[in-house]
Amino acid sequence: MLKKRLIPVLYIKNGLIVRSEGFSYHQNIGNIINEASRYNEWDIDELIYIDISKTDEYDLRRDDHKIQSYNSIEDIIQQISKVCFMPLTFGGRIRTIEEVDIRIRNGADKIVLNTGAFENNSLITESAQKYGSQAVVISIDYKIIDQHPIVFTHFGEKNTSLKVEEWIRKVEDLGAGEIFVNAIDRDGKANGYDIANIGKFVNLTKLPLVACGGAGDMYDFVDLAQETNVSGIAAGNVFHFTERSYPRAKQLMKKNGIDVR
Amino acid sequence: MGNLASVQNAFSYLNISSEICSDPSELNKYDKIILPGVGAFSKAIENLTNTGFTDALQESVLVKKKPMLGICLGMQLLLDSSMEHGFHKGLGFIKGAVKSFNDILLDEFRVPHMGWNNVISKNNSLIFNNNIEKEASTFYFVHSYYCELENIENVVGITDYGIQFHSSIEQDNIFACQFHPEKSQKDGLEIFEKFALI
Repeated sequence: MLKKRLIPVLYIKNGLIVRSEGFSYHQNIGNIINEASRYNEWDIDELIYIDISKTDEYDLRRDDHKIQSYNSIEDIIQQISKVCFMPLTFGGRIRTIEEVDIRIRNGADKIVLNTGAFENNSLITESAQKYGSQAVVISIDYKIIDQHPIVFTHFGEKNTSLKVEEWIRKVEDLGAGEIFVNAIDRDGKANGYDIANIGKFVNLTKLPLVACGGAGDMYDFVDLAQETNVSGIAAGNVFHFTERSYPRAKQLMKKNGIDVR
Repeated sequence: MGNLASVQNAFSYLNISSEICSDPSELNKYDKIILPGVGAFSKAIENLTNTGFTDALQESVLVKKKPMLGICLGMQLLLDSSMEHGFHKGLGFIKGAVKSFNDILLDEFRVPHMGWNNVISKNNSLIFNNNIEKEASTFYFVHSYYCELENIENVVGITDYGIQFHSSIEQDNIFACQFHPEKSQKDGLEIFEKFALI
């Protein structure tokens, strides 16, 4: 049967991998290509890269001078796709179909839209028509306001007042192929996934749903997998700071009867 | 197409030379052929025919018997027909039809079938599995339609997603898989290596 996916999310800021907390604190933790090869060795299910740069500067601080310098997201995607043979998903800063084209052409299997899709709904449909729904992931960052999950855009800074449930229904109609939800309040807090709300989101869409935000240790993956019907479990920080965290997480999940590869 | 680049990246990584062929009259000069594919069936068949690739493939694969590997849509195109957005004729190299998951699956199965799933060996194959006893391998799938062959002896792997569908096939010099070897980590790359060694 179809396996539950366990997906590391890497945040890129000006060409470096960073850690994030509450969507605001960013600590540089490494070179993109080195991180990619490390994850490749772990035989992971899929990688999601989100570019959270606010300016156009790329600095890979490469430690291997034989590697040519990278000065754009295209270069970064190209280099990663030469060494990683798994599904590669790229998001962040995508506002136009041309920016979608660039990512797919250079090796992305899927693209992630967030603010770009919210401000221009037709970008979802246009991308899906051109590359198929399966290539279009809609990322939804949310905060709980008066007990309701509300969509936030612009790196979690702008309150749209729209309920997450309504936005999920709408993007499904517009042609999205996958939903990625991220609980801003839990980002980097390691207090566990927002299981109650994630369970509701999963049940109201037919699309595969991947949830992120709040994983503190591997038991959080098990809890989310056992209590909801998510297709994918995503996390960032927990994979960076724990030795061999990914293969160990898979072992723990298997031991608890979760169908992973 | 992202898919073409990914397949070529995998071969480069394995130090196996490969080229993207965009001129059907050049197809003859290659030892082996890979037909990847992402997108809609009808559009792909139309493109193959209009560009002259349908004739070139018939010559190389059916007459000259060059080894060929179809991937994902490239597998589906080899069959007689597809029901994707209406009835469309395929290349007809392999007897069978392409059918829709949505027509048959219960709501609990999300479509597209996307992610990692097992391939259970049914028959020995030169490239997909040479040991039926081996524990099922997992491969990466992304598709909403599935292949159903007429001749079961050509099915080398099956996958369970609400129904059991034919996920890898082999008929003489023709090989094909529904999953993406270029996205399936080591197990996937191993298939490319074996294909190159035939």
